[in-house]
Amino acid sequence: MAEKVIYAMYDDDDVLKDGAKKLVAKGVKVADVFSPFPIHGIDPIIGVKHTRLGIMAFLYGLTGTTLATLGMNYFMIHDWPMNIGGKPSMTYLDNVLAFIPITFEFTVLCAAHGMAITYLLLNKTLPGMPATNPDPRTTDDKFVMELRLSDNGQFSEGELMTMLNETGVIEIDQKDIH
Amino acid sequence: MHKEAAIREPLILGHKTYHEITEDVCKPIEDKAPRMWYILFGIALVIGLYGVGCIFYLLGTGIGVWGLNKTIGWAWDITNFVWWVGIGHAGTLISAVLLLFRQKWRMAINRSAEAMTIFAVFMAGLFPLIHMGRLWVGYWTLPLPNHFGSLWVNFNSPLLWDVFAISTYLSVSLVFWYIGLIPDFATIRDRVKKPIPKKMYSILSFGWSGRAKHWNRFELVSLVLAGVATPLVFSVHSIVSFDFATSVIPGWHTTIFPPYFVAGAVFSGFAMVQTLLLVMRKAMKLEAYIHTKHVEYMNIVIMVTGSIVGTAYITELFISWYSGVEYEAYAFFNRATGPYWWAYWAMMTCNVVSPQLMWFKKLRRSLLFTFIISIVVNIGMWFERYVIIVTSIHRDYLPSSWSMHYPSHIDLGVYIGTIGLFFVFFLLFARFFPVLALNELKTILKSSGESYKNDTAPVHPYFAKNGHGSHGHDHGPDSGTGHADPNAEGTNDINNH
Repeated sequence: MAEKVIYAMYDDDDVLKDGAKKLVAKGVKVADVFSPFPIHGIDPIIGVKHTRLGIMAFLYGLTGTTLATLGMNYFMIHDWPMNIGGKPSMTYLDNVLAFIPITFEFTVLCAAHGMAITYLLLNKTLPGMPATNPDPRTTDDKFVMELRLSDNGQFSEGELMTMLNETGVIEIDQKDIH
Repeated sequence: MHKEAAIREPLILGHKTYHEITEDVCKPIEDKAPRMWYILFGIALVIGLYGVGCIFYLLGTGIGVWGLNKTIGWAWDITNFVWWVGIGHAGTLISAVLLLFRQKWRMAINRSAEAMTIFAVFMAGLFPLIHMGRLWVGYWTLPLPNHFGSLWVNFNSPLLWDVFAISTYLSVSLVFWYIGLIPDFATIRDRVKKPIPKKMYSILSFGWSGRAKHWNRFELVSLVLAGVATPLVFSVHSIVSFDFATSVIPGWHTTIFPPYFVAGAVFSGFAMVQTLLLVMRKAMKLEAYIHTKHVEYMNIVIMVTGSIVGTAYITELFISWYSGVEYEAYAFFNRATGPYWWAYWAMMTCNVVSPQLMWFKKLRRSLLFTFIISIVVNIGMWFERYVIIVTSIHRDYLPSSWSMHYPSHIDLGVYIGTIGLFFVFFLLFARFFPVLALNELKTILKSSGESYKNDTAPVHPYFAKNGHGSHGHDHGPDSGTGHADPNAEGTNDINNH
């Protein structure tokens, strides 16, 4: 099903933010914003929820800590205890100090890579993925607001255009997306 | 998004628009490379290939080609390893620690400093690998099930901790760097016209589109990666120092090694950043973004870490006497007055005296002086590792075993070769990658750009017409329309506070 989308382009982040706020106040739903850099404060205006990736990073880190602990306990205590200079090697607790550096490194390794991979998958940004920004200038110095007609049933296309024109927009483009 | 204090020096000089930032950074990538680039690249490549040749000779013949002997079993190779790892400490420190401390000046230098870090750690990693002599069994350092009755690697050994620390540091730094690069690759992708570069940058940019939700995640990922990378930076060189500190060699087994090595690493890393950036800003015309203030900030870091290193040297000397341990005292006395006195005093001059000159404002703001000192510091830090490693073991307990270390030409070739390879990588980076973090710089333009700070930047027509403050940035909390609700804003403001 084809859907009508309006792309409103701005040349300043503060103008776009101001415009978005005015539109949202009138009950318009802004589907998305494309920008060359993070616009601080835009998320609560257009209703983008704060990401929960941080929780994921913690869980990945916890996985790393657990794996490192279990692994070293098995390798060094159970499977092949090594007698190094007569130092205690019989229980995990006897030897734990020597295991801390690797436990820490492995925690960081798992947390960082787990989160980075999740981030790329969630964004669907992977090698070879096509770019979906509506205009190539949005990665340079232009800011685009995306409005969907289906999200804004209470307004006609003309009404949306009028409202947009009051917000300092520099170009308006319409597309049918499938 | 507060307005920065007026007395802070602007971080971006002159008047720039968002588009001009893009232009300034992308131009050198899109234009033909200057002749000088080809000349430097050619020289670096020849030196690098000579090093690769030496490495092949070493692998084919065995590590007997090194200048080691029965007494001095560790010298040149480990010195270079520690030196390169140390240099590789600045990048992640700049991007991670300074991000947590909200230091905006990092944004102009973090990209190239991180690149430098990654290339330096590549070079560092090479040394333990070739030192195995049999490169193809390098995977034996990993705890893999095997046919030797399942004999595991020794998790009690600092050398194995090193394997984990260095590989974690390298891969996490690489990921941190690349995640920041993705949006900037997208900028280049959307600008270039030629089909092959377009294809290349479109693959590199992973289809980045700059959606609000993606930026929200981007900022969180940067923050969390900075959070985990910060203790990582400190742990890596602490673990490198354990290679020595957990031994029982007088001169090595000192408890102050971890902090002392970390300070030394940051010290040499920043020096290398200065060496590279002072040339790069000139060659790529980035003086508006990396200017005297940035150099001064880095010089202050060099001064502080240099003072920590100096204090550590003197503490070591004092403790060697105060401990009353004869062997310990001899090790240090011998360092300063024995056959390696020249290396010791080179280290003392370069690392203790030279950073103290940075107390003078004139000197630390002088680019030429900074450039000279940055090279002096790197020479000094190389000598530091050489002094610690070689002088501590060249006097064995039996005088009949006393010996000296003379590097062979293969030793020299491999070391010089890594410097060549490092510059090959760095020059390729400067040619094809965005050397400044475009997306981050644009976020500080309005708060730290010179023309915005002194109100000479033109007011946006939209705000001029609607009777707003100058550029939507300096109205107070009660001026109404220009701002989001301050509580909501705090939740995702990572770079700008």
